[in-house]
Amino acid sequence: MSRKTRDNLRAYLFVSPWLISLLVFTAYPMLASFYFSMTRYTVVRPPVWIGLENFQVMFTKDDLFWVAVWNTFYYTFISVPLQMLVALILATLLNQSTRGIGLYRTAFYLPALVPAVVTALLWMLILDPRAGLANAALDAMGLPKLGWMHSVVWSKPSLIIISLWVGVGQPMLIFLAGLKNVPKSLLEAAIIDGANSWQRYWRVVIPLLTPTIFFNLLITLIASFQVFTTAFVATASASGATAAGPLNSMLVYMVHLYRQGFRYSSMGYASAMAVVLFLVLVALTLIVVRSSREWVHYEGAPPR
Amino acid sequence: MKVHKMLGQGIIHALLFAVSLLFLIPLWWLFITSIKPIDQILTIPPIWWPQPPHWENYVAALTSPAFPFWRLMGNTLFYCISSTIGAVVSSAVVAYAFARMRFTGRDLLFGITLATLLLPGVVTLIPTYVLFQRMGLVGTYAPLIIPYFFASAFNIFLLRQFMLTIPVELSDAAYVDGAGDFLILWRIILPLVKPALIVVAIFNFIYAWNDFLGPLLYLDDSSRYPLSIGLYAFRTRFALQWNLITAASLAITVPLIAAFFALQRYFIEGVTLTGVKG
Repeated sequence: MSRKTRDNLRAYLFVSPWLISLLVFTAYPMLASFYFSMTRYTVVRPPVWIGLENFQVMFTKDDLFWVAVWNTFYYTFISVPLQMLVALILATLLNQSTRGIGLYRTAFYLPALVPAVVTALLWMLILDPRAGLANAALDAMGLPKLGWMHSVVWSKPSLIIISLWVGVGQPMLIFLAGLKNVPKSLLEAAIIDGANSWQRYWRVVIPLLTPTIFFNLLITLIASFQVFTTAFVATASASGATAAGPLNSMLVYMVHLYRQGFRYSSMGYASAMAVVLFLVLVALTLIVVRSSREWVHYEGAPPR
Repeated sequence: MKVHKMLGQGIIHALLFAVSLLFLIPLWWLFITSIKPIDQILTIPPIWWPQPPHWENYVAALTSPAFPFWRLMGNTLFYCISSTIGAVVSSAVVAYAFARMRFTGRDLLFGITLATLLLPGVVTLIPTYVLFQRMGLVGTYAPLIIPYFFASAFNIFLLRQFMLTIPVELSDAAYVDGAGDFLILWRIILPLVKPALIVVAIFNFIYAWNDFLGPLLYLDDSSRYPLSIGLYAFRTRFALQWNLITAASLAITVPLIAAFFALQRYFIEGVTLTGVKG
């Protein structure tokens, strides 16, 4: 055996756990999802091939599918930009601040540690439509009380508020590290060139931060489309009602998928839903990556 | 100029203070509700400190047959500890190969590894469930724990980045002395990447502690529930007993917050590493 073969064998022994994982827990389930999506499958009986019927039902007959799609888009496209914006603003303020950074940083990050079930329950309490803390605050300001998760209009904003409480801490820490990495020499050069602090921020700091923004955006976007636990817990009423929030206004995509697959045992249909979400996310990822050439500045490349 | 700067700092601190209150008040509310009598919870104006505090709510919640705290805790610890061991060991071995060994297809394989970082979990969910179902493992912790023993893209990436920073000369010297890869990994590399191993361990532990969907899918027998599902089930039965629900909630949250304060350095380092080097 040549030395090269021996080296290869030894290395592949080291990476073998990951190779197995890629095959068994990634490649196989991915392919199987596509196969199951074209079958009628209830787990107890073997899958029956039905071609594109699941997709046809999904797009033309399942009204709740479109409700779930709308809810998930609404949630994601408001929640993700807000999360990014608030995280960036807080990181910027922290970076300007001279004292107490550690305390503030801890305050913003703690909610990210709270188990999702606890978060959902806590906010159900705070957003209680009769006399929760949020309505008490509105009342104290002389504003009318809101129905929050019990109102068609305010249920999705409720989920978005929760996502901000939980989801700002992590990107904020990453932005803060990115801001600390901005070379002092560049900022000093900008000062010599007569740039005021606003110009320094927009022309020097933000361009250098775009790779970090890009990374955070992609991760948050993908996670947000797959939001599950908060919506699931908040809509699992003790009374056993089946609507997810008033008029299903909190039925997010993953909750609908879970119900189809694991409550009604329609594994084929749920797989078809998984495939659609997967394709949408791949398309979105490609759009973000493609657009990043326009707005992400990489070190060494001339600024646009 | 100086006055201007001090004014700026004042405004920044006022803003940061106001926003941090918004983040902390819900946590305070979680705590304060847990020691309230039932009629002081949903009130306008809100009650910020109950008269008198009902600490016995904790006894009621944690000894309730509907929330068997110590059994739930035992199950959660079993899940967290075994999955964390699996994740750290497997990822360290795989990361070593990517960082230190030369082999055909390494860069391609690493590229695939990075690509799977963006792979949405939903696309593997159902067939993985079916796979474990066929193996007769649904209803046990095996489907939740086994995958951890086969490394994960994120952990491999994180550990590899750390291992790359260790000077090659250190392990070369050991090579010359006739040490094998396992010995070098164990004796030289692992002690040097200990902070990264701790980061991986913390993140996996917390992920398992908070995991809701996994146990929801795979566990049906309530005697096997972890804390997260136990709390959910408890709430379904005692929907209006907010003081008991928040007491139980806090009992499963406090260990994480305590861990955060004890290991804060690693948390911040871990989170920032994921973003900056990515």
